Amino acid sequence: MSLSEMLNIGLMQGFAGLSLFSVLLLMGLGLAIIFGQMGVINMAHGEFMTIGAYTIYLFSHLAESYAPKFVAVYFPVAIVAAFGFAFAAGWAVEWLFIRHLYRRPLDTLLATWGLSLGMQQIFRSAFGAKEVSPTLPDWLMGSWAPSAGLDIPINGLFVMALTLVVTGGVLLALYRSRWGLRVRATVANRVMANATGINTRQTDRLTFAIGCGIAGVAGAAFTTIGSTGPTSGSLYIVDAFLVVTFGGAASLLGTVVSAFGIAQTQSIAEFFITGSMAKVLTLSLIVLILMLRPQGLFAAKVRR
Amino acid sequence: MSHDLPDSIQRRRLLQGAAALPLAGLPALALAQAFPTAKVNTTKLAVTDTEVTVGQLHSGTGTMAISETGSIQAEQLAIDQINAMGGVLGRKIKVIKEDGASDWPTFAEKSKKLLVNDRVACVFGCWTSASRKAVLPIFEKENGMLYYPTFYEGLEQSKNVIYTGQEATQQILWGLDWAAKEKKAKTYFLVGSDYIWPRTSMKIGRKHIEGHLPGSKVVGEEYYPLGHTNFNSLINKIKVAKPDCIFVAVVGGSNVAFYKQLKAAGVTADKQFLLTISVTEDEVLGIGGENMAGFYASMKYFQSLDNANNKAFVSAFRAKYGPTSVIGDVTQAGYLGPWLWKAAVEKAGSFDVDRIAAASAGIELKTAPEGYVKVHDNHHLWSKTRIGMAQADGQFKVVAESPGLIEPNPFPKGYQ
Repeated sequence: MSLSEMLNIGLMQGFAGLSLFSVLLLMGLGLAIIFGQMGVINMAHGEFMTIGAYTIYLFSHLAESYAPKFVAVYFPVAIVAAFGFAFAAGWAVEWLFIRHLYRRPLDTLLATWGLSLGMQQIFRSAFGAKEVSPTLPDWLMGSWAPSAGLDIPINGLFVMALTLVVTGGVLLALYRSRWGLRVRATVANRVMANATGINTRQTDRLTFAIGCGIAGVAGAAFTTIGSTGPTSGSLYIVDAFLVVTFGGAASLLGTVVSAFGIAQTQSIAEFFITGSMAKVLTLSLIVLILMLRPQGLFAAKVRR
Repeated sequence: MSHDLPDSIQRRRLLQGAAALPLAGLPALALAQAFPTAKVNTTKLAVTDTEVTVGQLHSGTGTMAISETGSIQAEQLAIDQINAMGGVLGRKIKVIKEDGASDWPTFAEKSKKLLVNDRVACVFGCWTSASRKAVLPIFEKENGMLYYPTFYEGLEQSKNVIYTGQEATQQILWGLDWAAKEKKAKTYFLVGSDYIWPRTSMKIGRKHIEGHLPGSKVVGEEYYPLGHTNFNSLINKIKVAKPDCIFVAVVGGSNVAFYKQLKAAGVTADKQFLLTISVTEDEVLGIGGENMAGFYASMKYFQSLDNANNKAFVSAFRAKYGPTSVIGDVTQAGYLGPWLWKAAVEKAGSFDVDRIAAASAGIELKTAPEGYVKVHDNHHLWSKTRIGMAQADGQFKVVAESPGLIEPNPFPKGYQ
């Protein structure tokens, strides 16, 4: 193994870590908004991601069947549509279920769990039980080789870019927009927010829907990595909650840092020991740290 | 039908025609009468004078659905064809379908239901070795008969199972011999999903590589849980090890992530030789032909096999399930199940499991889509092994075929 080869492997492994980081961050961001800001435990979060993934599949299928010229460009359009469909679904769900259950966290957990089962069956009935894959446009496939022996997966770069855009967008919206102001006010002091004329019910609905929309974008991004089936959501939900809880529920910065920590630990460990053992190591570290600091890495000040 | 006859005469003719219809069932009825239920069913199975009930136990949902749906369809096609020919011993076959849901305890529970509650005459089912291991004790205790269609790791033999897929020595040993001879492979990196079949298969593979192939060695061995989707670190490890051959036993939905990420990392067939024992046409449908193109698979059946039996089978399958259907190795082995069962019942003259278990050995099927198979005393099938190269359209091109039928040897000496 020459030095340049080792360097290449090191870079590729580092990229793998960053790639996993962006995947985890994308998964956790939507949940961080819903769980972190609103305190709603949404067990159906994975299914909103699956909505996004199936939207990509649908657009890919339509593009292939009816407009073959669009196969190269349908992807960005489909991502926006994924956000739209998940947003709409989130809006509907909040209006139907969640708004009745805000002060009852255990009931939201049960209700959203039931919702996730129902959504899985809807996917199964609509798309079949078999896993499906969209036809990805050519510019998204394969690798970019800046130098011989260094292969950077293009879809990894795409997911990272998407994560950057989405995270930047969320931070901007939360701290620079009127919506963000309303959300932060509602989270800080709901009664006072109501008193100052903020429609907290409307804000909650919008926040939930935006969180679900981001989940839809995450699901859309994941179609570049793996296949989509009715139960794909359950693969992601645990990691999403892990990222959010580890980072500290009410802090978006916490979500970013925890996603980075978990991704790098997992990815570096995986390189030296087996995949299953690396997962054991990562989870054990998380458990240990949470035992010492149950509120997560970055928590709002709590009185001990 | 003439329109100028008065209605009463038309009605009379219609009734006369309808009265003759039961006569069409006469041949089947005669056959059933030659095999009275009391004689052919002495163990209280679900057999009547006109009907025999069988069970079907596959994963219609979950991570294995991508692979098992084909078996469900093929078994149903065989049963429909047998029913069209008059059924078995004059009795039509009725199927009770159960969903194992890719969960092994569910398989065990449903098999118990089929054998104890429904008293089915036999079960066509299972795909993963884990599901088969979960149901085996129940089949042996309740004396049922399972027709198991998947290629598996061997090291098993049961009076209550007919294995219509290949066992490890038939699939793996000949495949590795071909890799060493034709592709001059000397170093191997073994990758698999983390459960009994890939681990046992790789154990057999490793013994063969290190013990029987001169100058060959294993440079890496990794396993990932079923359903795992992040293979980037593994792919980097493979790049470090630079093997002549990546030998793959990744199962189910994980295949999609694995091959997509291989392609994204620049590991393509023109630079790397890859041989898999777990990808059939069904999986390629999910993976995408362009991600698999140029890689090799070792199976006993490919949809592109050029013989008369297979052409008839493929067109019957497509007529029933759509012109774009694909048929993989396990799907074809699933298709063999009902035919082998019918042959065993007719040879034994009975539906009793003990009798058909004894009668199965020696049964030949000349109409098998893979060509010709024969049941061995150990309840496995003599069959050929082929190497197929994946094409971008999702099919495989057969590039090599074993010269003769390979004898099934589920307990090979020196490999345990």
